[in-house]
Amino acid sequence: MSDSSYWFKPPPRPSQIPMRPAEPINPLVEISIDGEKVAIPTGSTILDACKKIGLDTPTICYQDTLTPVNVCRVCVVELEGSRILVPSCSRKVEPGMVIQTDSERVRHSRKMVLEFLESSVDLSTSPQILMQAKRYQTDPSRYGDPAPPAAQNERDHHHAGHHEIPTGAQALTVAQPPKVDNSLYVRDYAKCLLCYKCVEACGTDAQNTFAIAVAGRGFDGRISTEFNNPLTDSACVYCGNCIAVCPTGALSFKSEFDMRKAGSWDESAQTQTDTICSYCGVGCTLTLHVQENKIVKVTSPFDQEITEGNLCIKGRFGYTHVQNIDETNPLSTEEVSH
Amino acid sequence: MDIRVTGPEPTSAERVAVDAVLGPPESAWAGGKRNMDLEGRISLLGGGRARAFRDRLLPAFHAVKERFGWIPPGAFNYICKRLTVPPAEAYGVATFYHLFSMEHRPPTEVHVCEDIACRIKGSEGLHQNLVTIHGGSAEIGIRHSPCLGLCERAPAALILRAGEQPTGGAIGCATVENVQFALDSSAFPDQQKDWLSHSVPQLGQPQLRLLARVGNGSPDSIAAYQATGGFEGLTKALAIGPLLIINEVIASGLMGRGGAAFPTGKKWEAVAQAKGPTKYVVCNADESEPGTFKDRVLMEGDPLAVLEGMAIAGIAVGATKGYIYIRGEYPLAVNRMQNAIDAARAGGWLGNNIQGTDYAFDIEIRKGAGAYVCGEETALFNSIEGMRGEPRNKPPYPVHFGLFGKPTVINNVETLANIPWILRMGGVEYAGIGTGNSKGQKLFCVSGHVTTPGVFETPFGITLRQLITLAGGTPTSAPIKAILLGGAAGSFVGPDQLDVPLTFEGTRAIGASLGSGVVMVFDETTDLGDILVRIAAFFRDESCGQCVPCRVGVTRQEELVNRLRLGQPKGSVEQEVSLLGEIAQVMRDASICGLGHTASGAIQSALRIFGTSTMQRENAKARS
Repeated sequence: MSDSSYWFKPPPRPSQIPMRPAEPINPLVEISIDGEKVAIPTGSTILDACKKIGLDTPTICYQDTLTPVNVCRVCVVELEGSRILVPSCSRKVEPGMVIQTDSERVRHSRKMVLEFLESSVDLSTSPQILMQAKRYQTDPSRYGDPAPPAAQNERDHHHAGHHEIPTGAQALTVAQPPKVDNSLYVRDYAKCLLCYKCVEACGTDAQNTFAIAVAGRGFDGRISTEFNNPLTDSACVYCGNCIAVCPTGALSFKSEFDMRKAGSWDESAQTQTDTICSYCGVGCTLTLHVQENKIVKVTSPFDQEITEGNLCIKGRFGYTHVQNIDETNPLSTEEVSH
Repeated sequence: MDIRVTGPEPTSAERVAVDAVLGPPESAWAGGKRNMDLEGRISLLGGGRARAFRDRLLPAFHAVKERFGWIPPGAFNYICKRLTVPPAEAYGVATFYHLFSMEHRPPTEVHVCEDIACRIKGSEGLHQNLVTIHGGSAEIGIRHSPCLGLCERAPAALILRAGEQPTGGAIGCATVENVQFALDSSAFPDQQKDWLSHSVPQLGQPQLRLLARVGNGSPDSIAAYQATGGFEGLTKALAIGPLLIINEVIASGLMGRGGAAFPTGKKWEAVAQAKGPTKYVVCNADESEPGTFKDRVLMEGDPLAVLEGMAIAGIAVGATKGYIYIRGEYPLAVNRMQNAIDAARAGGWLGNNIQGTDYAFDIEIRKGAGAYVCGEETALFNSIEGMRGEPRNKPPYPVHFGLFGKPTVINNVETLANIPWILRMGGVEYAGIGTGNSKGQKLFCVSGHVTTPGVFETPFGITLRQLITLAGGTPTSAPIKAILLGGAAGSFVGPDQLDVPLTFEGTRAIGASLGSGVVMVFDETTDLGDILVRIAAFFRDESCGQCVPCRVGVTRQEELVNRLRLGQPKGSVEQEVSLLGEIAQVMRDASICGLGHTASGAIQSALRIFGTSTMQRENAKARS
């Protein structure tokens, strides 16, 4: 190193503990939602305002720990003066906005979006979306029976701008076999509705690993590593933060995936216990999901202020030593505890 | 930024191709010689460097594609390393654009247009014949392509040949013979001197303004340009300064010619008033709307006027850098624009201190890579920035948050070509041409069943019937069945609407839109059902897939249109039509961008006017 000035020099240590920066004071903005006046700080979104007055607005791609991408369009509301409906999750409030959240147009759009998803994506592990679908009285059978699933990796080779002209007899779906290429988690893209959350969590919103991105175009869009490589040949660090944000169970823990396959997954029989991860000094909260006295998966609450629900591979998957039952090994946990 | 690149190293040829656009690598980390100072520096400044280079991603992919015909993994990895772009993200970008392929492709590809205007002139047969001849060839690939912007000389083909000296060119009135000739000789008859007379039937007529110089034979000669009033507008702009330029443009009443018809002066004013030292001017030359070819004719025939318009816009809003984003299917337009930019730079009309003043402005060309959605302004910004061409949610609007997050003026080629003329004659006088809200002269792209298809320039106010008459009427005695206004994103009108004035307000009054000025004429022999099937397939191909209403909506719309086409509706035809209407409404109401909003317009209008019976094949009268 010929010139040391390239290297980072930390600023001098402060002589006292710095004060917490003052909370910015945002003036209130008054808007009208379904005829009700709501006063809410500048910079809030329409969704914040809807929540404030207790309106149940469906959302899928929205999560408050991630940057809104507003792609699912299920949270749209009608804004007076706007030609098109606006996504409430990302549209900031402006003084004097007049909003309808339950007009004919809004109900129609929400219903169609949910119906489109039901007709093209396996929502069997997304009870909340199915509940909203019921609320808006969808009927996905209108598009016909689902087309047979694609072969493994078939959808990953679709080239943008080219597709086979359909007969319309069956409805195209994203059905395909799950990708099981490592022992920690499974990518079941038949359940993927392209909410972009995992890409955001893998990218600048949380992990900055950039192992996955949206590839392809249109209905052939998919979440992919480079060249559709298995995760083990990608940049993945197995933090599992993508699983944490997945709204449909397209990404799931291998433990959960295997138990569901075997039919032994029973959420009603599970307890949840919060503890603090003991691997390092950050102090992430771990929620241990326990079924039949065994940890079946580990999550972290999103409202936890230290890491907002993000964990690393150790916190997320480093629990097997707790229940390492190996009958051939006399020193295994089971034996020692006896 | 720490990225992980796995897989093959680049071959030396791949390295040379990438280095040709990115320059030699600076350090061992990026594949060059070991340089201890820089190795350390890069590890510290990585993130910032990566972000600053990201916009070179598409040019690098283009360079590799032009060398090999596809993007080999070694070259891809090398690009990722050089630009510090995570491979997964770069893969997502490359697979978004249909001209890029991550899988092996022959070095020469013939793209045969399968869109509406070419379709009714037999492009499908041409494609089949070429496949019969070259199918399975390792050297030549035959592919379908969306509209190539050569509708006046349909059917069209585009040849792109990769290699150390990549060549490419379009072929109008394509036949197996002239495609074969071009393949054998690498000569493109369309690029000969008199080629434009086929595109501009009014060539040489005195009332032409925008097309006045088109076809004069020396599109990039500064001397010839100045001899016909070129750069007078820019000279005046340099003299009067930003405020008065914007006043002139506002006074002219010029509305954007790309399709949205937003007042240009207002847009410029907003950018000029926006805060911040850095602003951009972007020319939208991603002309991909099926049926549109006016921007190509302008760029090939009078590139200096487009460039002059951009420079004036730059001075008006305080931008020193402009980008022109030209679709990848227009190799000749790219070539002509580049020559014009080089000539203007040499003549002191671009660069620092334009003509000795303190104003600075320069232009860079960016090539699209096959994505209709990139014509949407915010998708175009993302594409220039090296991202997938996905539209952004608005607001914020480009005038506040545009290219690279800076206030940006984005205008269509034709809009910018009007600017020098407005400056020369004065905004008020310009506003004297045309009708109520539609000022100036408009370029119309007339194609389909007319005797002399081409770009026509007339003052606003001409009726549909007059325009079709100008284009020689229908070539046979078959009466007109339908006219498509505004392209695939526009709408059909019936022959009862022939007297509608082709103005923004006139077309709006009948529930249609002028769009980009497409007038495609279909006579009685046309199988409209086939055209609707193609329009549905077009949107299915071109939707970016970001938002659910459009991604699934265009897919379900296509399935439904095909059910009607095949006469196999689910339930009754009425139920199907009502479902199609519901799909159309959610796409219009809830999609992010204009592609979704307009993806159902043409199909809905056709069914409304001609009824569902028009869908079925037997209802089209056979052309004898």
